[in-house]
Amino acid sequence: MKRKARQSKNKARNAFSDKSQTYLHIHAHALFSSLGRIVKNTFTSVMTMLVMAIAISLASGFYLLIDNMQQLTGDIESTNKISLFLKPNVSDKSGRTLAEKIRQNKAVDKVVLITKKQALKEFKEYSGFGEALNVLEVNPLPTVIQVLPKNTLDDLQAIESLMMEFKHFNQVDFAQLDMQWVRRLQTMMQIMQRGVLILTLLLGFAVLLITGNTIRLELQNRRDEVLVAKLVGATYSFIQRPFLYTGFWLGFLSGIIAWLLVSIIMLLLQSPIEELSLLNGRAFELSYFGFFDIISLLSITSFLGVLGAWIVLYYQLQEIKPK
Amino acid sequence: MLLNVSFHLKRGEMAFLTGHSGAGKSTLLKLIAMMEFCSRGCILLGGQNLNKVTEREIPYIRRKLGLIFQDNKLLYDRTVFDNVALPLIVSGYGYKEIGRRVRASLDKVGLLGKEKKYPLTLSGGEQQRVGIARAVINKPEIILADEPTGNLDPELSAEVMHLFEQFQNVGVTVLIASHDANLLKRMGHRILTLDHGQLKVG
Repeated sequence: MKRKARQSKNKARNAFSDKSQTYLHIHAHALFSSLGRIVKNTFTSVMTMLVMAIAISLASGFYLLIDNMQQLTGDIESTNKISLFLKPNVSDKSGRTLAEKIRQNKAVDKVVLITKKQALKEFKEYSGFGEALNVLEVNPLPTVIQVLPKNTLDDLQAIESLMMEFKHFNQVDFAQLDMQWVRRLQTMMQIMQRGVLILTLLLGFAVLLITGNTIRLELQNRRDEVLVAKLVGATYSFIQRPFLYTGFWLGFLSGIIAWLLVSIIMLLLQSPIEELSLLNGRAFELSYFGFFDIISLLSITSFLGVLGAWIVLYYQLQEIKPK
Repeated sequence: MLLNVSFHLKRGEMAFLTGHSGAGKSTLLKLIAMMEFCSRGCILLGGQNLNKVTEREIPYIRRKLGLIFQDNKLLYDRTVFDNVALPLIVSGYGYKEIGRRVRASLDKVGLLGKEKKYPLTLSGGEQQRVGIARAVINKPEIILADEPTGNLDPELSAEVMHLFEQFQNVGVTVLIASHDANLLKRMGHRILTLDHGQLKVG
């Protein structure tokens, strides 16, 4: 009895593993045959995937841009630099004594004096006017003292009161707190972020529509196949499976193409951005897609592909009936 | 349009459905295959009322049927093997089992060795037999054939009909629509005659 029970148990297990193996086989077959179909119709597939990839790379490229800009503004934010522009008639020497005086202040961490000469030299170098500036008889640029407060903390009020103190020196023409334009930049970033979000939603919708339409055409091309499959007893899920996989491949592959596109764009932008970061006096590391970014990018595009296919199949597959 | 059509086909019985074109032969077969549905009355298939079958159940009932069409309904971009294997693939059979049964089925219709050919490279009679091989591979309880000899010469027609008789001999119920009166008489099975949607002789 016991042996018999064990035998039947083994039999059941074998049947189960056979069935699950077949199930895996069917899925693997659908997965690779749909890929084969995409490869076979090279031209059409490549065109479709490029359109999708451009939409995806626009969205993801903007995200990367925002990410980089945030990093950039993040760097600036941590400085809270006060710039003191001295009156034009103040000599470098008196400027230097003023800088020394400020350095004595307990709240000050660092003082940088930019003399008129230095300012002009830098300006010549980076503005691109170069030789044209030689024509000028007098140097129009003021001496600037850059003050970095010790408490680089977020206490804006303390920094502002410090700035007011410096403003009252005779030699100072006007003082500027870099915080203000950082704030402005941040607000602008928020607007941009929202804009990118809306854009992403729209582009995601476009990807959905493109896959949906591609699947619709595919379904039309394979109408006979679907009809015959229905006649020999194929279930709804069996028939829609290869199409869902086609949607998956379209999304996945165009995600990869988009990633390549964005990487190429970033490479093209790298050298001007590096130059810009040199100008700002700090090394700025351009951030590319990280591992998790790529994973989530590909998941999202694959998901959109499957979803687009699913929506179309839901409505169109019912209409194909053997008559 | 069918009206007042009532008949009972016993398990393992073979019958012919005949009548002029437009008499409703195809419609009757389509009703059994659930390609059409009754507006009145009902069809019982192995005791199951087809009017009460849900969309979900249709595939499972169709697996018990072997459908054969005048136009074969083969997939011309696939090999003979793939065409015949389709009902098994759809039902989730393993690959070894599929290979074995496809060959057995093709052997039965006399097409063994043509697995790798494409349907268009075969003659009309051979194509029709591929269709039959596909219909019987799933070991159906019922074979429904709509003008299976429509495009064949008399000799081939008789051959195909004998093939159906062989299936009947192993217990399959067979219903064949045909207007080839001479052939049907010679075969000597039950004949259902439709006339303008009405059953004349049952």
